[in-house]
Amino acid sequence: MTAPAIELKGISKAFGPVQANKDISISVQPGTIHGIIGENGAGKSTLMSILYGFYKADKGEIFIKGDKTQIPDSQAAIAAGIGMVFQHFKLVENFTVLENIILGAEEGRLLRPSLAKARRTLSHLAEEYELNVDPDALIENLSVGHQQRVEILKALYRQADILILDEPTGVLTPAEADQLFRILDRLREEGKTIVLITHKLREIMEITDTVSVMRRGEMTATVKTSETSPEHLAELMVGRKVLLRVDKKSASPGDVVLEVEGLRVIDDKGVLRVKGIDLTVRAGEILGIAGVAGNGQSELLEVLGGFADGKGNIRINGEELDLTGKYSDGQSRRARGIAHVPEDRQREGLIMEYTAWENTIFGYHLDPTYQKGILMDNVGIQAEAQAKMERFDVRPPHPKLAAKNFSGGNQQKIVLAREIERNPDLLLIGQPTRGVDIGAIEFIHQQIISLRDQGKAILLVSVELEEILSLSDRIAVMFDGHIMGERMPDQTDEKELGLLMAGVTQEPAAADYKVVDQQFALQDQELGGA
Amino acid sequence: MEKMPHWADIVLIPLISLILAAMLSALVILAIGESPVDAFNLMVQGALMRSAGWGYTLYYATNFMFTGLAVAVAFHARMFNIGGEGQAMLGGLGVAYVCLFIPWPHWSLALIGASLGAAMFGALWAVIPAYLQAKRGSHIVITTIMFNFIAAALLNYFLVNVLRPPRSMDPATATFPEATHLPSFRDMFSTAETIMFRGAPANVTFFIAVAACVLVWFLIWRTKLGYEIRAFGHSETAAKYAGISPVKITVISMVISGALAGMMSINTTMGESERLVLNSTEGAGFIGIAVALMGRSHPFGVFLAAILFGFLYQGGAELALWTNIPRELIVVIQALVILFTGALDNMVRMPLEKIFLAFRKGDA
Repeated sequence: MTAPAIELKGISKAFGPVQANKDISISVQPGTIHGIIGENGAGKSTLMSILYGFYKADKGEIFIKGDKTQIPDSQAAIAAGIGMVFQHFKLVENFTVLENIILGAEEGRLLRPSLAKARRTLSHLAEEYELNVDPDALIENLSVGHQQRVEILKALYRQADILILDEPTGVLTPAEADQLFRILDRLREEGKTIVLITHKLREIMEITDTVSVMRRGEMTATVKTSETSPEHLAELMVGRKVLLRVDKKSASPGDVVLEVEGLRVIDDKGVLRVKGIDLTVRAGEILGIAGVAGNGQSELLEVLGGFADGKGNIRINGEELDLTGKYSDGQSRRARGIAHVPEDRQREGLIMEYTAWENTIFGYHLDPTYQKGILMDNVGIQAEAQAKMERFDVRPPHPKLAAKNFSGGNQQKIVLAREIERNPDLLLIGQPTRGVDIGAIEFIHQQIISLRDQGKAILLVSVELEEILSLSDRIAVMFDGHIMGERMPDQTDEKELGLLMAGVTQEPAAADYKVVDQQFALQDQELGGA
Repeated sequence: MEKMPHWADIVLIPLISLILAAMLSALVILAIGESPVDAFNLMVQGALMRSAGWGYTLYYATNFMFTGLAVAVAFHARMFNIGGEGQAMLGGLGVAYVCLFIPWPHWSLALIGASLGAAMFGALWAVIPAYLQAKRGSHIVITTIMFNFIAAALLNYFLVNVLRPPRSMDPATATFPEATHLPSFRDMFSTAETIMFRGAPANVTFFIAVAACVLVWFLIWRTKLGYEIRAFGHSETAAKYAGISPVKITVISMVISGALAGMMSINTTMGESERLVLNSTEGAGFIGIAVALMGRSHPFGVFLAAILFGFLYQGGAELALWTNIPRELIVVIQALVILFTGALDNMVRMPLEKIFLAFRKGDA
């Protein structure tokens, strides 16, 4: 048997009192895809950062292809044949693909010979691994999926035979993710070793040969993928049995609560982001908006939530909402019974430096019940916060702790407690479980369903297709500022939604949307499939 | 978890910074051939050991409290108001108009009137940069600095061309009427047998400054406006989500900031010189920045830092008077204190955090 491509022995790393990695040993066989799965904060990224030379382990040894190796910095990692594809790409937007690929690997004083060499190598690589990208295209003009390919090419150009991918599908459409998996498959066939870090069980099951599970800094298990199941992996990740499917009764929609007609939104840079959409949400139903991030969903939420201007008509319970001017702010929206769990809880939904109790009234702080004369009733607010935090199982239930000291899931529960307990007519909720542990996801989903069952209207925006499919009573798919179509969750599947998310539609009604946009999307498809 | 306990953040760091600044100052004094111990003794003697010394220390501290609070309030809304100096100059103009042109029956009423005048003029001078920032995106640091120069020119014009009494050679107003003279500490605390605070300029305005500290504390931590100001200061996007208007908060917090800076001139103009002179602010607007930094923008911290800087000012004057240490060196020492407590915060903070982390690891 050949030596493992990567072998880590007894790796430990602490950040102050936090033990991010505890005595981790792992062995990755060459020519396999090895998944590392775990919740946020389980220590996956720390482990990979140690392997890539960003952090130095407190204890432990690293063996690459059987040789004990010191990796003090990323240069040493590259020299050892390790390439890393980060979740957030490290590309220069206004450089071409070729320029990005040689960046940091230029040879000689002049650029031209390096570029010519890179061009030749690139065409070999493209052939060998089916990694097609136009070498002269500017990064900013490429789709996210293609940008990711450039990252992979960068690693291969530096002769990496071990590739680490950190949450690679987070920004991709399902179709793009499938293409990525085909590429990974191909790389495996050619003998490359791949480490895939993810928190998505589906991806692990689909592509990996072996999977290691991390929990709270420890490696809890390493199993063959073929010998495990999603339920089993989830249990290993969380440490208890988890309900992966959402239990819910079928919806009984009532009156229309939210009507949107011909909404258009122009962002700060003057770009039209929402290009005339219509939708309705009824009481007692959840409308899920699916789509790849950046296709206008955020702007839709911002206008509804009152922190961006829009054009068109929006009615709540039959009454027009102001979309510009003094009465289009968050306060006016709340007065009309709209509660909003924003997409980015750390930048929008919470003041991270504020204590939990201060955050439990954020946005409702002008409410007279929170005042005592000209001062705020801090004692009363704190008592109420304590009760809210207990009801929403926020851990630890300490109202005086700053929001930044809670985990992602518990931060989200603080926001949810605040918004849901206001008993709104309409709840806007964006990315409810982004960066949230599996255990907390279950709880958050239950809260959303129970609000629906109380007869409230809910508009859900999520880039997690699974979440959309399991929570929504109706699904609308957004692409490039348009709604590409509506589907019922029991009459559709990820494949069909994935096509809509990429802008491909058979519906004649949608055919008059910008033809040019579709052509771009099709070109993307062709390039990808070639 | 927090990297270190709260008390370390607000007490230990400023204290260590201060000690470092003092040590470096001692080296500088050594280098010019004087004894740092003697110099320190002299400063303490001159500023703290006699009631007259305190009278000066607290007089300066009063100025710094107002300007420190002004900077602190703006800091909470994440704005850097460098225009305290100009706002205080304009405040002086407000005080002068109120005192000269309204016949006040009693000093207490005059004090209220002058406070309003000073606050209004100071606020007016801050509201223009605030509006430009909120509506046009002109950076407040740039505009408030420029407004300092405009204020100086404006004051010059008013003193020379408008308010100067006929035939006077001095660019200053006439002396304010008797009824507007504020009681000094000497008037308030001397008994028939002993005269306290002889010749010192500290006056009743000190108590207004202390009251301002308390009021600002209530404003920032106990009112919904303070809640909005702090929220806006921490995250503008979150503030927008909550429906807090950036324009409103920018303008209101600068109005409060400018009003506080303006009120400084009650102390200098009405309390001390009893007329408006050209250079009544004496750079206190800028010292306010250091005071706010050192006081961590907390009113109690500002109170303490203001007294420290008052001590440095008065002690420095004593040094210049009784030793060969040149006056400029005092400025060096003050600058070192500002440098260490304000700008080099992280130099002390980072090692201290590591020490605390190491201790905590030992516990675990």
